[in-house]
Amino acid sequence: MKTVYLDNNATTQVAPEVLETMFPYFHDFYGNPSSMHSFGGQVAKKLREAREQAAALIGALPDEIIFTSCGTESDNAAIRSALATHPERRHIVTSRVEHPAVRSLCANLADQGYRITELPVDKSGLLDMEQLERSLTPDTAVASLMWANNETGVIFPVEKAVELAHERGVPFHTDAVQSTGKIPIDMKKNVIDMLSISGHKLHAPKGIGILYIRRGTRFTPFMIGGHQEKGRRGGTENTPSIIGLGKACELAARNMETENTRVKRLRDKLETALLERIPQSRVNGDLLQRLPNTTNISFEYVEGEAILLLMNEYGICASSGSACTSGSLQPSHVLRAMGVPFTMAHGSIRFSLSVYNTEEEIDFVIEKLPVIIERLRGMSPFWTSVAQACASS
Amino acid sequence: MWEYTDKVREHFLNPRNVGEVENPDGVAEVGSIACGDALKLSFKLDENKRIKEAKFKTFGCASAIASSSALTEMIKGMTVEEAMKVTNQDIAAYLGGLPQEKMHCSVMGKEALEKAIANYQGAPAKEPGAQIVCECFGATDREIERAVRENNLTTVEEVTNYTKAGGGCGNCHDAIRQIVERVRAEAKPAVRPKLTTIQKIRMIEEALEREIRPSLKHDGGDIELIDVVGNRVLVATRGACASCKASDITLKHFVEAKLRDLVSPDLMIEEVAP
Repeated sequence: MKTVYLDNNATTQVAPEVLETMFPYFHDFYGNPSSMHSFGGQVAKKLREAREQAAALIGALPDEIIFTSCGTESDNAAIRSALATHPERRHIVTSRVEHPAVRSLCANLADQGYRITELPVDKSGLLDMEQLERSLTPDTAVASLMWANNETGVIFPVEKAVELAHERGVPFHTDAVQSTGKIPIDMKKNVIDMLSISGHKLHAPKGIGILYIRRGTRFTPFMIGGHQEKGRRGGTENTPSIIGLGKACELAARNMETENTRVKRLRDKLETALLERIPQSRVNGDLLQRLPNTTNISFEYVEGEAILLLMNEYGICASSGSACTSGSLQPSHVLRAMGVPFTMAHGSIRFSLSVYNTEEEIDFVIEKLPVIIERLRGMSPFWTSVAQACASS
Repeated sequence: MWEYTDKVREHFLNPRNVGEVENPDGVAEVGSIACGDALKLSFKLDENKRIKEAKFKTFGCASAIASSSALTEMIKGMTVEEAMKVTNQDIAAYLGGLPQEKMHCSVMGKEALEKAIANYQGAPAKEPGAQIVCECFGATDREIERAVRENNLTTVEEVTNYTKAGGGCGNCHDAIRQIVERVRAEAKPAVRPKLTTIQKIRMIEEALEREIRPSLKHDGGDIELIDVVGNRVLVATRGACASCKASDITLKHFVEAKLRDLVSPDLMIEEVAP
């Protein structure tokens, strides 16, 4: 059975070009870039190249790029550094819809006595900028807001948010794990202090990430060790993955237009067709302020895990914000923060596309999904009463 | 991804007896859309008072659908008295087991069955005097007590897996813990053999390791046994417990109660500086 992979916000396939670039650095050129011999030195040269490629994707300077092990590490390093460099401040501003990498970290810091303000979002998942402004105080050590949401694709105006933060002398961090490679990012045009990127969301391997730190930003390292990354992140460099990530950044820059034209068109086609063919369905999140590859659709009166498992029978991969898929008993914190009713939240499915998806794949999903939803609604006690109410009215 | 047995998958993909029985003898609806799963069960008896037909409609995940399907298959041909004896564990066993976090699906089946039989017998569906313990999922003390008793549950987490109680805001965790302790205290034999000192220390250590530390760790805390002097158990708190204002209450009401329950009713807990 062919796999139709529409779960690219969870992880992506490593691009063939990336894999090819990485291979020699496992076996042929395995030297340590810190070594004094030219066998290691030639790898150091490739790392410099990768750093330049990564910097180019986001309009940064190469020395503003630190390679880490993942997006979560980057988030941890950024927030903990802001706290360490402002030890007298005890307040953090973030949002209710952040990724667990930020959210759980903040919960943990709250236990250690920090005051956390979690900004609410409206029913479209958009941030209230006035509330952000009001929540920033002289005691605020850092504001951390995601650039784009992983579940809904909704984009926060972080370039405006950072200006509000700086007016009050508050350092600003953004988790750009979902937005990097999908929408243009140019660090020359904003004043964001720190930004996190994850390799495996943009066709590089898992286990590699980036923390961008603007020149002149005070930084205290999270991972203490050797002199790697100019002492800002100890630990021998993951050379094949860094070189792969460099290549992936180069490809992402090249694919940016495809992402916002062809991928966006496929996403829109999928979304429009599903809403048309499946009654009682709707999109979660703002339709305009949104990543081009993501759609989060709720199918009322059915449960997400059951939808996913029936989709799985056809080889279709996606995600759900339902309680049963999360392992907890409540639906996704993002949908709850947006006030999505339970009837909708339990039946939410996130489709996230990539440049590797084809028209045929989207057509296949458009054909199969209405059948799946109808089958589950046929079993649902709530659907029966809704259908009866509709028939009698 | 959940690790479902082939039987669960098979009953999910090809559910038996979907629908509603016409002119049913017993019918019941349990769960709600807010809770994430709900089941409507109906059945009809034949002239020999055996269940001739049983059907379900379920909103929920794969294991909820499979549990409902299994339940209808199991009770067909049974008398009402026989059906009353079907437990949630029987449903799970019929499916070759369910993941721990999904046991509440089998409990939902059992609840629907009981309520449908009560409906047939004309008895009031709600047990008299039952109190809501978990507001988020509407779970009552009776339901929790029964789940603890029938499935030999020992922790709040297990109760959540089986009944959903405590899976929302978490405000009822202490109340659930007390129910677990109460039910388990009933189950203990009244007479205990006298313990030697070494036996006592070993049992205290084991109780801490197995029953107490895991649930403290769940909340980011921990505890360390410093010494045992007669019936005085000297402990030091660690992690979140060390800075928690409520740790005295936890020590008295949870740790001490647990040790008295599991080791000896004469034990007294004392916190000492580490």
